[in-house]
Formats: sequence, structure tokens, C-alpha cells
Amino acid sequence: MSENPADGAPTVRVTVTRQEPGQEPRDETFEVPYTDRTSVLDALDWIKDHVDPSLTFRWSCRMAVCGSCGVMVNGRPVLGCETFVSGYRTSGITVGPLAHAEVQRDLVVDTDGFLDRLRSLSPWLVPGGEAATQSAPAAGSSPQGADADADADAGADAVADAGSVQGADAHVGGAPAAPVGVPALDLLAVHSQTPGEVDAYRGFAQCIDCMLCYAACPVLDAVPGFVGPAAIATARRWDTDSRDGGDALRMAAMAENEEGIWPCAQIGACTRACPKGVDPARAIRDAQRIAMGG
Amino acid sequence: MRVEHADVVVVGGGAAGLSAALAALERFAAAGRDDAVVALVSKVYPMRSHTVAAEGGAAGVLPPALGGDADDSLEQHVADTLAGGAGLAHEDAVRFVVERAPHELARLERLGMPWSRTAEGLPAVRRFGGMSRPRTWFAADKTGFHLLHTLFQTALRHDVARADAGTGTGGGVRRYDEHVVLDLLHDPGHRVAGVVAHDQHRGEPLAVLAPAVVLATGGAARAWATSTNAGIVTGDGLAMALRAGLPLRDMEMVQVHPTCLPGSGILLTEAARGEGGVLLDADGRRYLADYGLGPETPLGAPEPRRMELGPRDKISQAFWQADRDGRTLPTPDGGAVLLDLRHLGRDVLSERLPLVVGLAKRFAGIDPAQEPVPVRPAAHYTMGGVVTDPRGAVLDADSAPVPGLYAAGECASTGLHGANRLGSNSLVETLVVGRAAGEDAASHTLVSGPAHGTPGSGSGTTVATEQARALADRWLSMRGRGSEPPAVIRRELGRVLDADVGIYRDADGLAQAQAAVEDLSARYADVRVADTAAAFNTDWLQALELGAMLDVARAVVAGARARTESRGAHQRLDHPGTDDVARHTLATAAPGGGVQVRLEPVTASGGAR
Repeated sequence: MSENPADGAPTVRVTVTRQEPGQEPRDETFEVPYTDRTSVLDALDWIKDHVDPSLTFRWSCRMAVCGSCGVMVNGRPVLGCETFVSGYRTSGITVGPLAHAEVQRDLVVDTDGFLDRLRSLSPWLVPGGEAATQSAPAAGSSPQGADADADADAGADAVADAGSVQGADAHVGGAPAAPVGVPALDLLAVHSQTPGEVDAYRGFAQCIDCMLCYAACPVLDAVPGFVGPAAIATARRWDTDSRDGGDALRMAAMAENEEGIWPCAQIGACTRACPKGVDPARAIRDAQRIAMGG
Repeated sequence: MRVEHADVVVVGGGAAGLSAALAALERFAAAGRDDAVVALVSKVYPMRSHTVAAEGGAAGVLPPALGGDADDSLEQHVADTLAGGAGLAHEDAVRFVVERAPHELARLERLGMPWSRTAEGLPAVRRFGGMSRPRTWFAADKTGFHLLHTLFQTALRHDVARADAGTGTGGGVRRYDEHVVLDLLHDPGHRVAGVVAHDQHRGEPLAVLAPAVVLATGGAARAWATSTNAGIVTGDGLAMALRAGLPLRDMEMVQVHPTCLPGSGILLTEAARGEGGVLLDADGRRYLADYGLGPETPLGAPEPRRMELGPRDKISQAFWQADRDGRTLPTPDGGAVLLDLRHLGRDVLSERLPLVVGLAKRFAGIDPAQEPVPVRPAAHYTMGGVVTDPRGAVLDADSAPVPGLYAAGECASTGLHGANRLGSNSLVETLVVGRAAGEDAASHTLVSGPAHGTPGSGSGTTVATEQARALADRWLSMRGRGSEPPAVIRRELGRVLDADVGIYRDADGLAQAQAAVEDLSARYADVRVADTAAAFNTDWLQALELGAMLDVARAVVAGARARTESRGAHQRLDHPGTDDVARHTLATAAPGGGVQVRLEPVTASGGAR
């Protein structure tokens, strides 16, 4: 966190919507010194350090990748660490908890509900994708590249015999512990995937689970159980990965469920709110189209 | 006191913790124990862990059959790592990681890790500082982010709900998210018995009992005011180990990363230089050749281990000297040099370094395609840690294994990094040592017979529960008392470490640092925790974290004072030479408070077992 601005620095009015468990929300206003580099997170930190240590909010990386510090700023969901207060010097700032999630304390909201929704769509690699595998025996303790090269063809045959990459993984995982310094010559297999095939899912793979898209999504006003933008985007991240074979599994979870992909009316608020350029609206649109046989 | 039982407890949900948890499950499954439960206890949701911020990549020799450089070999990776370690790395630990690195990186690929690829569809590798060949696998410049999410999502597949605990319906990973581990528990025979934690959601302590515990709690570089580290990287597990009477090794070895944004300390990955970025002084000259890193390489043709691809410690030291020589640009946060990426062009920048571009634009207001980015060093990586063997088995002060206790990742000192970590060796360490520790923890539980942590197993459980209750009471009693504002202590600690325990150190500065840290520790004994709430009490949590950082700082300063030589990341202005005999520092809690340090020669096997 940057050093707090010195006394005498200009201040900005920061109103925080606070709430204790089981009580009604209340607004409290603070005058917070700032510079042009003071983020909303810095401002909250300043309040906690200088005025009220009980102010409760999540944060960690300060560089917009951990996804902890999502809040509403003047009604808009943002990451506190990358939103700078200087833009609000005249209007002042109101910071509140993310919408569409139960408040646990002050700016901390329930995350379990989101993770349950994410998990309901099997957000992991399901074997059976189209990608071919390439393999080599690990070089093991042999220092010679030539040895590994000579064995490579045999290795490739072996993985073809094994039938799937999953088999190779189970083999490695189930192998007994090797003594220190003497690894077994396990098969070293990877899927083949071109840069273009990576690009097919790369955008959806940028999701940091910050839940800003849930806060932005108006559908959740009407359908609180909607599985939601980030979960569907991550499902599509795996569906569009050439290594994955779980499309049918995920499609069943998304389409044979009235709180799956169908509540979405393509308003696009999720895509506009995303701090990482993920396009959940497209993910949902694609899923709806596929489900309708398009 | 709520008491829950597991087969293995893993503390920390970053890459090392998740790797350990998944490996433990595999080991249990191979033994027919599909009902085994691995408790994953983390003070944040696992996908928030600091692994997420790792940028550049993970090192592992790529075999020629997978498109690797035929000139590269495991031996060279070993040699590079040992050279970086400057006499403090252990060959057995280095070999252990290097030999398994390609397997673990390939395993991650098979779990869906989006590694960047060559046109042929094989994993791409890039150059990295100190590595003699390109062997760093990467996912653009968000390697840690993708690695963490791949592991976390894989772990979700094995999620077992808390509600199912004890019903015997099936095993898996039982997550204890936002549970703060307070201390380790021991049974009467000094065997590990589990942990006592605080459930931040329900606002109550609980004991999680198991015959084996894996510490995967990360480093401590958040203690420095100028730091690349996330707010959570406060050395909690290191402090826990000290309190348990265990030694911390080489804690003075703190890596300072040379290219960070002034003020915030936000990291701009070394991959920026691996891709061809250069460092310029205030006059626009490439200054590294003037400080022993030459001869100068042509623009756009980086060469291993020279100029911008020299080891991190050397590049940070060159900054310090350039700053002293008046060659840096003044900024409100101290002198800065310029990271120039303009010649790479927008396409390469957006394909290979999208995060760097985004961070520079967002947090420095600079487009690296058009302007060089001012950077300066910041505390980055804790190379020392809990003493372990190469597989992560924790060793006590007599180098004897502590039954049932393991450590992996940044909190562990396995002997891999020595006095200077090579970039991209630590991500792969989290996978390799995390796996070994998880497997061995499960094996320990399997062979330790009927777990002494299972319900109704008698005195062990009772003792551990009583211990947990006493410890929880002690930590919880900090609430609602005290008079010393924690924020003041935290800021002062950061300032002192920045000033006197940075790139170059000397006896006077370290003596000042020690006096300051002792004074801060004394004030901390009366730290004010104003918030008395039971649930989500982050005022209390931050006070706990501050206590851990102070304990770790004591070990760092004591190690730095005891090491009267210059080696790797530890450079003494008053002792510029390197001792003929390489020695470790071992810091332990002193009987009367504080820490004591002894020096121990490095042996061929690292002194392990």
C-alpha cells in the first residue's frame, strides 16, 4: 500500500455502507486524505488505520489479480485496488458491499454461494477432449538429451497404447514414492494444443472469481438462484478447451435447469463490469445457442 | 471447543498447499482409503492466495521430444540453480526438484493449465535470469494466476462438504476457507496432532485434529514497506514454527526484485527482460555493464546470465550502486531506473506480457509500448524458512525429522534456493515439494495406525483439545485491550526493514534494526485490538499477522547480524568477502524471548538426516 498522504493533503469524502451481522445497514462518512495515486482500497485502509479499526473489508494482492476487493463504488461494482479516488474528488464516494450477495460484515459478502454455483458446472478438465497427446520419457537422472531423444518414439507409442492422458496421469499419481534423487522414468505426456486453440478459451480463462459480474447482473434481482455469469464463463472456458470432453456434462447442468443459462436476457452488464475483459454475456449466448441446437 | 477430525491437515491454499492436498488424496486412494479427508485450512479463499500474483513462469527442462532444446539437460538446470544458490543450496534438494520438474509441469498441463504454446502445439519456454537455457514454461505473464486456478478448480472436483464430515460417505478435500490457523498442536509424545484455528465466519475457534500436518503458508516479505507481496504474506507459518521450538534457516536471505513500481511495489516480471526488455539509467544508458553484469548484449538479443538476464541479486545490487552514483531518476518514492520495452512492439507485448502492460497502464499511467516504465527494487521472496529435507519433512534443531510435520513452498527451506533463488524455480518447487509433502503426510497417517486424531481415540485427543482450547483463549484474549496502535508498529517495522535490512547491510544498520525490532516487539505486547467482534474481526487478524511479521523480522535481523560475510542476497558493506566455508544460519526462539542464531556448515547432503 502506498504511504498515507501527509497531513494537510486534500481530502475526499468517503461514505461507507456498514452492516453488522443481523443488523440494518448504516452509512458512515469519513474525510480521507488522498493523492492522485490513492485507490479506494487505500482509502479504506486509511480509515481502518486512523479512524475505525473495526471497518471490515477483504483485500490482498493490490494488483487486480486476486479478486478479493470487489465493492460497489457509487453503485458500480469495481475492484477497490484499481479504482482511484481522485476521479471522485467533487462527487465524493460511496462504498458499499457487492450487490446480490449476502453481507457478512461491512464490505465482506458471502463467497460460498458463488463457489457452489461454480462447482455445480464442473469447472475442471474432464478427459475425453479431441487434443492429441505428445509424450517423451522423462529425461530422469540421465543428463544426455540424446538418450531422451532416442527413447521418445517408444514413449509416444506407449501413450497411444495407454489410450488417454488420464491414464498416464493415474499412473504417475499412483506410483509409489521414489527414493530421494532417483525418480522413476515416468511417462512425460502433454496434450498438443496450438496457439490458436489456446486463444479459443484464453479470454474465458481470465476470470478471477471477483463476483463483480454477479453484482452487476440485473437478472439476479428476479432470479436470485441464477447460476450466473462467471460460473457460465468458466464452464465455457473448459468447453472450448480442445483438451476437454465435458461439454455434455456441463450443458446438462446449465440447460436442464431453469436457473442455468435461461434466465439471462443478454443485457450485457456482466461483460461491462468485468475487470479482466472476460465476456460472460458471449459465454451465455453461446451456451443458449448450443442448447437450442444452433 | 469445536473439534473436527481429518486424515491430513494442510495449512495454506496456494499452489504448494493445493498440490499437497491433491497428492495426499492420490496416496490415500492408492491405499484403498477413498474415505480419507484432507483438511485444507486457509485464511483466505484458496484462489486468493499469493501464488495468484506469480507472473513469469515455472522452470523445467523440456525434453527434445516435446520440442525442448537438445543442448539443455537436467544437469545444466542443477548447475544453474547451484550457482545461483552461492554455496547454500543443497545438491540433493536441487536434484530432487529439477528431476521432477518436467513431470509436474506436464501433469499441470494434463489438468488443463493453459501453458503458452509453440506453433507446433507444444509447451513454449522462455529465457529467465540465471538460467543458461530457455526452460521456463509460462502462461503469458499470468503463470501463477493460471496455475493457482487450475489447481483450485481441480481441487473443487474433490470437494467434500463440511456437512458430510464424519458421515463416512466419502473422502476428499474439506475446505476451511477464511479459517486462521493459530498454532500447531502436539500430542503427549510430541507428535503432531493437528492445528487450532479460528473460523472467521462463525466467529469461533476450532481444533482440526490429524496425525499429519503440511505447512504451506508462504513467505514473509510483506513485513517490508516496499514489497511485491500481497497483504496476506505475513510469515504466519514461520512464526508458528518458531513458537513450536523449530529452527528457521537462512532467514536473512530475502530476495529483492529489481523491477517494481515505485511506491506500490507492484511487480513487473523478469519475463519482461527475458523477452528482451532492457534497463536504462536516468540518461537512457544501459548501466548494468558498469556494475559487473556486462559485456553489453545487443538490443533485442538477450543472452543468458548477462546484463538484464543476470541473477536478481546482482541486478538489485547494481540498482543500489547506480542510485548511489546519482544515475537514477528521482521519484516521490525514491530513485528509479527505466524498464524499456518499447522495441518489443505492441504485438509481442500483448501476446507475451499482457499483465505487465496492464499494470503499467493502470498503476503507473504509462503505456510501455510508448514510454519506458520507472522501476525500483522491492522485497520479494523469502528464501529461508522452516528446515526440511528435500521432500518437505520438517527437521528440528538436531536435524531429526518431526514425525507428521511437513512444509512446502515458500515457507520451507529445502535447500533448493540457497542464497539466491532463480526466478521460475519457486513455482515448480510448490508443485514438486508440495506433492512429496502431501504424499508423505498421507503415508505417515496410513502407517501411524489408528489415527490418534480420530474420535474416541483417548488421551491424545483430549490433550490436543485442551491444548487447542488454551491456545485459542490466549490468542482471543488480545481482543478489546491494549494501547499501542498496530498500524504505527506495522509502518515502523516496514520502514526499518527497508532502511537497514535491504540490498546492502552493515553492522551499524543491523544493530539499529535489531534495537528497533525489539522495541516494536515490546510495544506489540500491549498492541491495541479495538474491535471485539467475534466474526470477521480483521482488526484482530491483522494484529496476529503483525505479531508473526515481528517474530520473523527478529529471525531475519539476527541471521543478518550473524552472517558476517557477503553471499547471494545478503551483502554486507562491512564484510564484502565471502567466507571459504559456506554456513547456514539457524534461528530458534530463545528461552528468555527473542531469537538466538547459530551457524552450521553446509554439508554435502545439507545436513538432513
